[in-house]
Amino acid sequence: MAIVNMQKLSICANQKHRREIVAVLQNMGIIELNMSELEEDPDLQTEDTNSSRTKYEKRAQSFEQALAQLKAYAPQDGDKPGLFFEKKDIPRSRLDEAVRNRHKYNVAAADILQAEKKISECTGIIQKDENQKLALTPWMNLDIPMDFSGTRSTSVLIGTLPGTLTEADVYAAAARNMPEPAAVDAHVVSSENSLTNIVVVCLSREAAQVEENLRASGFSRPSQTEDGTPKQICEKYDAEIEAQKKEIEEQKARIVSYKDWRSDFRLMSDYYTTRADRYRMLGQIPQTKNVFFLEGWLPADKAADVSALLTDRFGAYVETEQKREDELEPTLLHNNPFSRNAEGVLESYGLPQHGRVDPTFVMSIFYVIFFGMMLSDAGYGIVMTIACLVILLKKKKLEEGLAKMLKLFFWCGLSTTFWGFMYGGFFGDAIDVAAKTFFGYTGDTILKPLWFAPLEDPMKLLVYCLLFGLIHLFFGLGMKGYEDLKAKDITGFISDVLSWYLFILGLVLMLVPSSLFASMAGVQITFPAWLNMLARIMAIAGAVIILIMSGRDRGNHWAIRIALGAYDLYGVTSWLSDLLSYSRLLALGMATGVIASVVNMMGSMFGSGPVGVIVFIVVFLLGHTLNIGINALGAYVHTNRLQYVEFFNKFYDAGGRKFNPFRTSSKYFNIKEEKLQ
Amino acid sequence: MSMGMALAILGAALSTALAGIGSSVGVGWGGQAAAGVVSEDPDQFAKVLILQLLPGTQGIYGLLVTFITLSQIGVLGGDPVTDTYTGMMYLFACLPIAIVGLISGFYQGKTSVASINLVAKRPDQFGKAMLFPAMVETYAILALLVSILAVTNIK
Repeated sequence: MAIVNMQKLSICANQKHRREIVAVLQNMGIIELNMSELEEDPDLQTEDTNSSRTKYEKRAQSFEQALAQLKAYAPQDGDKPGLFFEKKDIPRSRLDEAVRNRHKYNVAAADILQAEKKISECTGIIQKDENQKLALTPWMNLDIPMDFSGTRSTSVLIGTLPGTLTEADVYAAAARNMPEPAAVDAHVVSSENSLTNIVVVCLSREAAQVEENLRASGFSRPSQTEDGTPKQICEKYDAEIEAQKKEIEEQKARIVSYKDWRSDFRLMSDYYTTRADRYRMLGQIPQTKNVFFLEGWLPADKAADVSALLTDRFGAYVETEQKREDELEPTLLHNNPFSRNAEGVLESYGLPQHGRVDPTFVMSIFYVIFFGMMLSDAGYGIVMTIACLVILLKKKKLEEGLAKMLKLFFWCGLSTTFWGFMYGGFFGDAIDVAAKTFFGYTGDTILKPLWFAPLEDPMKLLVYCLLFGLIHLFFGLGMKGYEDLKAKDITGFISDVLSWYLFILGLVLMLVPSSLFASMAGVQITFPAWLNMLARIMAIAGAVIILIMSGRDRGNHWAIRIALGAYDLYGVTSWLSDLLSYSRLLALGMATGVIASVVNMMGSMFGSGPVGVIVFIVVFLLGHTLNIGINALGAYVHTNRLQYVEFFNKFYDAGGRKFNPFRTSSKYFNIKEEKLQ
Repeated sequence: MSMGMALAILGAALSTALAGIGSSVGVGWGGQAAAGVVSEDPDQFAKVLILQLLPGTQGIYGLLVTFITLSQIGVLGGDPVTDTYTGMMYLFACLPIAIVGLISGFYQGKTSVASINLVAKRPDQFGKAMLFPAMVETYAILALLVSILAVTNIK
């Protein structure tokens, strides 16, 4: 349980080693560079590396796009990174080789992107042709070309009239104001959606008149007039669509031909991302004509090695620096292999500042215990433990945060199994239900709880839950005391920590022998007289210390001081509400068990025949999967809450800044690098 | 069948029904917000799903009380209720989780929506975002506790 000591280094080296040194530091990934202090110096300049950086970022992106295309057209296992994605280890030489061939890969990626562009063009053309074909459908019965205008002495008018009309209607409209019988021949090609598609044949010399008549009725010519009958035009479109489809297939094949290049593309994507990062850093480095400067934090125990390396290999000048007044050291935690897994939980609340206590160790223990109490089913615990174990064994190189989370849940699973047996829950009452339904068992409960079943005596469990809560809160207060003692603040320790221990413990000891407690717990506990007296003395002593000492920073303004003390004493109500909050250990624990029993009961409703067995299995699988999911979520959320709200409230106020070293931010591969011994 | 039995069943029915309504409204709101976030940033799916599910527990607590009640009043076990007062006792005992489940479901849903928006803007603040809806749930848990203690202690 500790925060790693940090050391600030300032490095000054010759310009000619600049890129090399930055690359070495990036590969080591143990130093957090921060040049903001030097940037203000007017004598130093930074180099503009934006163009190089953008270039590399674009390259990395083109490989990502190429990979996305491969994923779309030649799907393969491992395309989807998924939740449990692990980076592969590859030797340095493999990267070097790929980098030597980078031109080839860049061309390949560009080729894929071009093919993709071509595909989207073809898709566009197909879409357009389909639309045109759709517009022609009503004309399919027409056996003259769409743009046919007539013979030498006749005119042909092709177009659309609004309304659903018969040929007689069309004739009437076309031959208006013309002597009967007019030389007008009207045909209806089709009519739909209140539109009638017509062909009208008339004498050329009367064409103007007929068209005028039709226009008065709302006649319009078709928007597209291509050469050929509608059928021919459609065939033309069909041929074009075919050609485009073939083209798409060819382009797809072009993309698919690169399907074995995936790992190279991934490698190049990593390579260019790393380069882009490096150039971003280079752009921040303050320099003069001949030298450049770096400043950064790193774990103190690595400082000597790093400075030795830089001095020996590059002749750099390295100096250890003092922390500035307004500067916040980055926080890096180091814990034992068990507690380390709960660091993520702490991190999502906030990391501790330097000089403060790291609560991970104490928290991790309570975390696992409380999680187990809330999920509290041996069956679910075993499922969880095995699931975590299998993933951890199969995927050894998971991302660190995820691996820690899985390990934490592995321990939580064990704890859940433990509490499950304590409460007598194994998939609820599955064993008993199965025995009774299928084997006609009529005796006593088979799986007896090692401790007791919560449903039989909820009050007793409630008392225990509150007791666990009290222990948890006392540990929190103890952490504050530890900090006070470490800072040699004895007054603070007595007035803020010891006083509350005395006060709360005194109150609890006074409560235990009372009739109120007896009715809750179901047992009357009698203390010897001296203990009752001691409880009173403790409570009063604690209260008096709080009353007098809480406002001690007010010095001799006694009225204010006492008022502040009284206000603080009122804080005992927050202890009460904090304690009651631990009743969720009982409520959530019971929820799991009862819902599990409901599932088993529903499963056993169909009796013991073959149908009954099948129904039982189906309901069992579905019901328990749902229950384990929802209750594990509840246990996770509320365990976090007990830590964040009740426990941290007693002593912890985060405020630390996460140590964020300059390193290779690769997505797919870990490259085996030169490392410090 | 007695009047008491009917009242006890009414209590059992109310606790699942009202708490279930609260949860379904809350989870529904959360789901709408979550779908909006996922449309912009599919990577946040797991996080917003968890936040959406948080108001879902009230319904489960309601079911829990219903089940315990039913297994005490002769439907799934125990002895049938014969007098009206005992039935009323069961009804009243069920009310805390029924009422608080309904209303806290609404408010937890609203808080979940706010937390989902928070995660959309600051995905790294998930731990804190999860806490706000969990705060609302405290009162559903207290109501559940009171209902359980009351139901199990009616003789």
